[in-house]
Amino acid sequence: MADIFALMLSAVLIENFIFSRFYGCCPFLGVSEKPATALGMGCAVVFVMTLSSALTYALYYCILVPFALTYLKTIAFILAIAALVQFIEMFLRRFMPALHGALGIYLPLITTNCAVLGAALLNIEQGFDFLHAVVFGFSAGLGFTMAIVIFAGVRQKMVFCDPPKAFRGFPLTLLAAALAAMAFSGFSGLQIG
Amino acid sequence: MRIEELLFPLLWFALLGGGFGLVLAIAARAFAVKRDERIPKIEEVLPGANCGGCGYTGCAAYAEAVCKGEASPGRCAVGGKATSEAIAAIMGVEATPMAERRARILCCGDCDIAKEQYKYEGAADCAAAARLGGGPKSCPASCVGLGSCAAVCPFGAIHVENGLATVDDSICVGCGVCMTACPKHLIHLVPIEATYAVLCSSNESGKETRAVCDTGCIGCRICEKKCEAGAIRVENNLATINYDLCTGCGACAEACPRKIIKKL
Repeated sequence: MADIFALMLSAVLIENFIFSRFYGCCPFLGVSEKPATALGMGCAVVFVMTLSSALTYALYYCILVPFALTYLKTIAFILAIAALVQFIEMFLRRFMPALHGALGIYLPLITTNCAVLGAALLNIEQGFDFLHAVVFGFSAGLGFTMAIVIFAGVRQKMVFCDPPKAFRGFPLTLLAAALAAMAFSGFSGLQIG
Repeated sequence: MRIEELLFPLLWFALLGGGFGLVLAIAARAFAVKRDERIPKIEEVLPGANCGGCGYTGCAAYAEAVCKGEASPGRCAVGGKATSEAIAAIMGVEATPMAERRARILCCGDCDIAKEQYKYEGAADCAAAARLGGGPKSCPASCVGLGSCAAVCPFGAIHVENGLATVDDSICVGCGVCMTACPKHLIHLVPIEATYAVLCSSNESGKETRAVCDTGCIGCRICEKKCEAGAIRVENNLATINYDLCTGCGACAEACPRKIIKKL
């Protein structure tokens, strides 16, 4: 149990997907203008990352390993994740319209998100078992959500500042992201275990 | 290199891709959701401006609400009468007559007329400025003039001139999005036929209004007495015109000692 907690803490804070691994920067910068939409995006990422961790784990150990195709895992995972997201969207639209209304517009955006693929590949690279892989996927999504919601809050404040012309818009956003990442680097000193 | 080493992975990936494709195809059939076929038809007749003036998040959301029977067909101010009739025809109901309206900023206080209480140098946002002692102008019901309404107008019909927001009638469609952006609630939707308007929103007493503005309504009631149709009422020190009764004779504008009732 302790190692599960350590894994979660590490994935959320120390090895945060956005601030220390720089995965998923596209949605992080694109969908972080309002806290509410950032939260929606984050929830969709948690949802897809958890399920895709389970699916890609099964795909890797049931198909790719026995047939010695592990060198093709990246392309196989992209295929599996794209199919999974499509399937989830159809499933939600039919059986959970409320959840589809909340997550629907974010799901297609995640299909080719490198954070989701990154979680799947890291699971294999770090040699996790099934439970650890799913927990890792879930907590990596949680870390992503936390980062994007925090950053949306920062961006809301940035609307009211009056920067020099050269910094307006994207440059200032990138600078703010860098400062947030530096703050998060403080967690790397956290000792677990 | 043996030929199997190439063919084998190829075969597996074809199988994998085919398998996923099959599952998705079956899922698409099994999970198909029946959508009201009138929704795309209504979306087609709507202007597609997604201004949100109807109270829904966009044209698609409004079309869905109409089909569910939650919204009346006559809520699209942009499309006006023609659109409301087209939607009513699709839905098979009577078209509800709708009055076309235009946004009016009920304030005359530009930089020359309204007194300034301080110089504002902050974020270019009316709500932010209005929090600081009610804004840079002394009158509590004056246009802040930083153009928050102009920023939200989806049609670009509002611009700020000399510290006062003005609406361009030829562009405005009366969607009403700007009304919520004004921290002073100065923007009203006025019928398109209206010929005169009281361009002031101050509820202060005559003495106080005189002190801060050269032209604001002082609630003297002369217009109320002059109006033969009984369309003008003075309440809380402010004259308002009831456009259901107004005949557009102009007697009020002529009599107004402050010249705040203006021909549009």
